[in-house]
Parts: sequence; structure tokens; C-alpha cells
Amino acid sequence: MTLLRSLAARIAGSLLLLVVVPAITFFVQGIAPANVAKGVLGLDATDQMIADFNHRLGLDQPIVLRYLHWLGRAVTGDLGASYTNGQAVQLILAPRLGVSLSLIIGALLVFTIVGIVIGVLSATQGRLVGRLLDVVSTVGIAVPNFWLAVILVVAFAVAIPIFPATGYVFFSDSPPLFFLSLVLPVVALAFAGITAVAKQTRDQMLLAIQSPWARTLRANGAAESSIIYKHALRNAAAPVITVIGTIFVGSLSGSVVVENIFVLPGLGSQSLASALQADLPVVQGIAVYFTIIVVVVNVLIDIATTILNPRVREP
Amino acid sequence: MLRDYLRRPLGVVAGAFLLLVVLAVIGAPLIAPYDQLKMDLGHALSLPTRAHPFGTDRLGRDVLSRLLWGGRVSLGGLAEALSVAFAIGVVLGLVSGYVGRLVDNVISRSTEVLMATPGIVVLLMVYGISNNNSHWGMVALGVLCSPSVTRVTRTAARAVREEVFIASAEVLGMARPLIILRHVLPNVCGPIIVNTAVLGAVILGIQGGLNYINLGVNPPAASWGGMVSDAQRVLSQQPWLMVPSGATLTLTIMALMLVADGLRDAAASNRSRPPRSRAPALRPAVDAGATPAEPRAALSVRGLSVAIGGLEVVRNVAFDVGDAQTLGIVGESGCGKTVTASAVLGQLGAGFVTEGEVMFGGVDLNHAGSKARAATRGTGIAYVSQDPMVALDPCFTVMSQLGELVGRHDRLRGAMRRERVLELLRQVGLPDPADTAARFPHQLSGGMAQRVSIACALAGRPRVLIADEPTTALDVTIQGEILDLLRLLQKETGMAVVLITHDLGVVADLCDRVAVMYAGEIVELGEVGGIFERPAHPYTRALLASNPIASRRGAPLPVIAGTVPSPADWPVGCHFAARCPYRIAACNERPVPLETMVEAALHQVRCIRAGDLEAVTGGEVTA
Repeated sequence: MTLLRSLAARIAGSLLLLVVVPAITFFVQGIAPANVAKGVLGLDATDQMIADFNHRLGLDQPIVLRYLHWLGRAVTGDLGASYTNGQAVQLILAPRLGVSLSLIIGALLVFTIVGIVIGVLSATQGRLVGRLLDVVSTVGIAVPNFWLAVILVVAFAVAIPIFPATGYVFFSDSPPLFFLSLVLPVVALAFAGITAVAKQTRDQMLLAIQSPWARTLRANGAAESSIIYKHALRNAAAPVITVIGTIFVGSLSGSVVVENIFVLPGLGSQSLASALQADLPVVQGIAVYFTIIVVVVNVLIDIATTILNPRVREP
Repeated sequence: MLRDYLRRPLGVVAGAFLLLVVLAVIGAPLIAPYDQLKMDLGHALSLPTRAHPFGTDRLGRDVLSRLLWGGRVSLGGLAEALSVAFAIGVVLGLVSGYVGRLVDNVISRSTEVLMATPGIVVLLMVYGISNNNSHWGMVALGVLCSPSVTRVTRTAARAVREEVFIASAEVLGMARPLIILRHVLPNVCGPIIVNTAVLGAVILGIQGGLNYINLGVNPPAASWGGMVSDAQRVLSQQPWLMVPSGATLTLTIMALMLVADGLRDAAASNRSRPPRSRAPALRPAVDAGATPAEPRAALSVRGLSVAIGGLEVVRNVAFDVGDAQTLGIVGESGCGKTVTASAVLGQLGAGFVTEGEVMFGGVDLNHAGSKARAATRGTGIAYVSQDPMVALDPCFTVMSQLGELVGRHDRLRGAMRRERVLELLRQVGLPDPADTAARFPHQLSGGMAQRVSIACALAGRPRVLIADEPTTALDVTIQGEILDLLRLLQKETGMAVVLITHDLGVVADLCDRVAVMYAGEIVELGEVGGIFERPAHPYTRALLASNPIASRRGAPLPVIAGTVPSPADWPVGCHFAARCPYRIAACNERPVPLETMVEAALHQVRCIRAGDLEAVTGGEVTA
């Protein structure tokens, strides 16, 4: 019962994001209304044109009213219409969601699996591997993902043409090409995350291996392999998953950059184009989509860490 | 902290590099060889030359000059974002950490929401409404990054709040804002400075990405991220161009992280400075009372010394313990009791050097391979630790942990394994073994947990049990029960017990022989009865005198003045001399050997005055 209650509380907290994040992005819009019209109409728009534009779109109304109005329609699935072409936001974004999800989830899988494997290896294979990981992780976090992406293209799409340099192939069109088209973007997006996950895994494993209970188990005859792969790994799981969640939220930001480099027709590339045109309803819609993704992942992580923690599971 | 930092070469190099970059960027108008916008199409896409040290871009603009000017956009933006993040984070963190309660709750929740917000959409929105204004973008980025500052400040402020001087300031009626400004803020600066460097690295990376996709930049003006984007356009013609901009960004970010690492390490070493390494002190070659290892003993230790980083922390320890016998190792904290136990168990971490013999079953475990050592664990020598609440893996049930050991030792599976686990739990006196077996460690009381711990040690039917302060962490009433259990188990199994304790009452209760340790050495060793009646070493006398059980009612409890010297401060002569009421000049001259008392063959003492003191005080216990 307490398990369910504690889970419910955490899920409710996550769901709160669905109201708060769109609110933040919405109220930001209220800061400089004149700029929006200029962004859409061009910098040489006359005052009259701006006033007409604002009136037509209801931008001359108080921001709170506009938010409530937007929220009322958003809960029914209507995210408004683009300023630039009048198309419904959800129709612009829906076909792009799958593209972004394949990139983001691909990166999530890569940095989780590779990161944990490297972390375990460096915790168990002694100081040298550990030191190497320290160096690589410093470099790995420092190399900007956009620069790395360009280098990857040069190396594996131009010099050695294994992967396509840009573009996206839908899974339904050709599964092999779909995977090929995703390899470089996923690696570029996952790279920094790999090192962060590896570091956390290593640190948590070492903490466990040197803990008093590990000493006791070892002294009383438990096998070292069991201490490492059963006990330490199990104890490291919850903190590692928490870090994975944080990295995942960050990888959404990275996806905007990566999608633009590899010309993937996802939410990220759309969000940049729309932001540069001040097409705020579209950006707002992307905020909603991203928030939903974050909430889903947060809930999954909450469930996982709750189940992994016997103190919460069995008080 | 600065001096500690300057001792780290990597940190110093990184710091110097950062300083150089910042100065160069500030001095861009003076040192940049060209105007960043000056085009020279005749020399476009040139590799590094004397005129253009980093080459030229597709419009023939000098790359070095653009890096320097672009740095003003990049580092300027970084400064803006950092200032905003810190202004918000430090204020909220201080208030949240210091004021606490409701305010803390509200701030913590908002911080969590902000941390879970996909920041990029907020940034895009800000760039959207501000017509791609770089300053607005950096302010927004600062707000989005503020939660990490808030958290660090809050944690530090909370820690400071517990300090005594804050409480006294409050008692003295100092106003809260004043306390925060005067006392809390200076004390939270350390963690905040480290955080600045980390956050700087993060912001620079994000900002580079934004500039790369043309957010917050106004071409043709340069920025580091924007230059990568420029370079990418002419990648096939001149790949070199990727290098200067990419390397500048990577190296600057890396330098910030290395500076953060260095600051963190320096702060940490400031708190726990490693002991100064000293030339090893003059050491007695062999103690006068030293004998070869006793083959009949269950465990026989000879000449056991432990050093870390060239510094001895345990010196020349020797003892025997026979089957069905209990040896107590007693002394104040910091005398090397636990290190001795860990050395016998072969459980000291990397960096420790153990010398001497640990003879068990005819094998010197200290010099045997790890396989021979592993074969004795649990079955030969078992171990019960000090704090039962952390001695069991929190993630597994008692059945699972104990079952694992039973499986290893007895090769039992399924129902048989289960039965043996329950039998062990019954053996340690747990009333409902099935119920206990199903529990997780956090569901056990301290006494139950210690019984389970003992069951874990018994799983391999060991010949020797080493118990390190097995009752210290428990309630007084439980302590007695656990000692009774140990006594009972010893009677049942005939195992030898090495009991480490600081409590002479426990020694009197349970032990046959006792080794008194002081500052890394055994100072007295013998039968419990004999030593309690006629303690020969002044330290043993002092310990006995300061025991509440031995003291006279109504008289103030005698205490031993002074503290145990740390290994770096051990004197050449008698380690106890500084605290000893009977010391004479000769005590400090040379190392004191452990000598056998004439009258009792098994009673050894490390004191040059042991003989005279017997005559002077008649063996009466005084402090």
C-alpha cells in the first residue's frame, strides 16, 4: 500500500510538469509581444500591421486569458494553429514525433547499455582502466556534440562511406536503411551520456564494493564475482537510473542540434525553424510533446527506482 | 586551499590556459591581427601561414582574429548566463538552506520542476520572441541552469547552519539576514566556486550548440559555435577549419572541468590532509619475548606490521589464540585494533603494506596466494563487524544473503539450503527464523541484525571468529545478550574468538587472554585474570582505573589525560611516554621491546619500568 502511495505521489509530481512547463513557455511569450509580430511579419512591419496581426490572433488579450484559452483547447488535443501558414500544430508535429522518438530512444539505449558496461569494466578491471575512463570522460563531456557530429560525418559518411551523411529513412520504407540512417545521429547524441553513465556506474559500484556489508560478505566466504555482479550491481542500479533520467532530459536539448545537423525531419528541426520565424504556437506545441516524453520517462524511472529500493517497497 | 590547488599540475595547467584564453579574448581589440570581418577573397581557405596563424575562412577572414572576437560573444554570454544562474541560485539556496521548513519546501519543489523541464523549448521560445537576441537567450539559460547552484548552496548552507557558531549568533540575537551575509555566505563559497567551474563547462557546451544552429548569433559577427557551423559549410574544401573552433571550445570546456576537479580535490584534501610521511623510526629488530609461531594455536600472528604510504600504523604485533579460547584486543580508538583485524583477514585496501606472518592451519596467509586466502574465508576465519545495520546488503533478504553463503560452504540448494539457513538462525537465538529470513536488513532491529551477522559468520563453521567491536553499536541491554550468545556459540562449536573491543568489562566477561594495544603496538599481553589483578603497563593501569566499574563510588572518574598520538607523531621511544605519570628520561631514548615478565611466562609487557613499578606501587591500580 505504501508502495502504491509513494509511487502515486511521485507520478502526481511528474504530471504536474504537464501543466507547469507549458505555462512557463507560455508566459515567456508575454514578455515581448511586439517582437512576435515583427518576427512573423518582418522587421519593417508598420505599427498598423502589427496591431492588426495581434488583434487577429488575440495577442492583444491579457496573457492569463490567452493561457487559459490555450489550455482549454490543449486538453482536447487542439494545440492551436501556426502563425505562418495557419496549419493545425498537432498536424505539423504528429508525423515528426516518431522521428524524434527513434533518435532519442536510440540514444537512451546506447548511453545506458554502453555506459553501464564501461562503468562495470572500469570498476572491476583495476586502476588503469579506471584512469583511462577518467581521461576519456573528461574529453567525452568536453567535446561539443555538434562538433563531434560533423567529425563523425566526415569519418564515417565521407571518408569511409558506411552511413548516410544526412537524412532519415522511415522504418516502414526500409528497416535496414532506417537503422543505418540513425547510427551517426544516435552516436553523436549519446556520446556525452555514455561517459556520464559510465562514471556514475563506476563510482556507485566502487562505493558498494568497499562498503561494510561487502567486507562482511567477503570475509565470510562470498565469491568476489557475486559481490561485484550480484550485490554491487544491484546496489548501484537505483542511483545509476536516476542519472540516466537526468541525462535523458538533457538529450532532448541535444536532439534539436543533432536533428539539424543530420537533417532529420523531427520535432527538433521543426522547433528551430519555427523559433527563428517566431511561430510560437508550433514551439509551444513542441514544448508539450517534449514534456510528455519527459513525464513518461520520469514515471518509468520512478517506478523502477521504487521497485529497486526495498526500503520503499517493503517498509 | 589555494596552496593545495597549486600542487596539482593538471589543475595549474588548466587554470593557466583558462586565464590565457580570457585575457586574450578581453584584449582582442589590441592583439587581434585583423578585423574579424575583413574579407580577403584572394586568400580564402588558407591553411595556417605566417600572416594567418590559424588560416583563413571561406571569405578570407583571419581565423585567429575571429576566434578572439568570437570569444567575446561566447565568453561574454557565458558570463551573463553564469551571473544570472548565481544571482538566483545563491539567493534561493541560502534562503532555502538556512530558513528551512515551508520556504525550503517551496523552493525545493520549484527547483525540481525546473530541473525536469526540457530547457531547450524555453530557450527556443525566448529566441523566438526576442528576434534571436543573444542576451535574452543567455539570461534564460542562466535561469534554467540556476537549480544546480540552488542545490549546491542549499546543501552547503544546511551544513553550516548546524555549526555551533551559527547557533551562538542566533542566541546573541543577530538578525537572520545578517547571519546569512556574515557567517553562512563565506562558508558556502567553496562548494559554490567548484560549481561555477562545472556549470561554466556545461553552459559553454550548450551555448556552442545554440550558436552552431544560429541561435543567439548575428552573422557575420563570429562566435565559437558559429565558426564550427561556418567551417562545416566548406568541409570538403578545407577540413582544417574544423580544428581551431572545435579545439578552442573543447579545450576551454575541458580546462573548466579540470579546474573544477582540482578545486574539489584541493578542498577535500584540506579537510582530510594525508599524514605526513616520515622516515621510518628506529625499530627493534626482534622483541626479546618473540617466539616462533605456535603450531598448536588456531591462529598465530607474528611480527605483523602494517604501513600506508610508508607510514607504519601497526607495528610488530604478535599473538596466539587457541581453539575454544578467546583473545581480547583492547585499547582506545586509533590504537590500530581494527587495522590489525583487517590485516589478519587480508582485507586492507590498496596502498596498505602488511608484513609478518599470519599462521593459520600451517599456512602463512599473509604470504600465501589469494586462492589459499580465499579458501579460508568463512570456513577457516570468519568475521563479525562493528555496526550490524550496515553489515548486511540492504537490497537482499536475510534468506538470500545467508543462503548464498550456505550455498558456497555446504554446496546446498533448494529446500536443503533453506533448512540450513533456518538452522543457523535458530542457532543464533532468533525466535522466529522463518520470519527473520524473509526480512530485508532495514526491517531488523540492531540486535536481530547482529545475530544475523553472526549467523553469516557461522555459516562456514569457522575455526576462528574475529569480532570487531560486536556490541559497540547496540543498546546496553542487547550488548549482554550478544556477548552471552558468543560465549554459548563458542562452547557449542569450540571455535577460537578474537574479540576487538575498547570495553574492559567485555574483556573481563568473555576473554581468556587479552592484548592491550596502544598507538599501533601491543603493550601488554597475558591472561585476563593476571592482568586485571596485576597490570604491569602504566597504560593498562590507566585503562583499568578509568573503567567506571573499577572506580570508587563518589570519587570522580579518573581519565587518561591527553590523546593517542597519530602514527605520524609516534615518538622513537615508548609511545605512551607523553601520557605516562611514571615516565623517566630513558623512556624516550629508544624503542621499548615487549618483554616477558619474569614470574609469569605468558605475561608480556612493553615497559622499561615494569619491574620497578611493581615495587613502587605494589601493583595497585592507580591512574
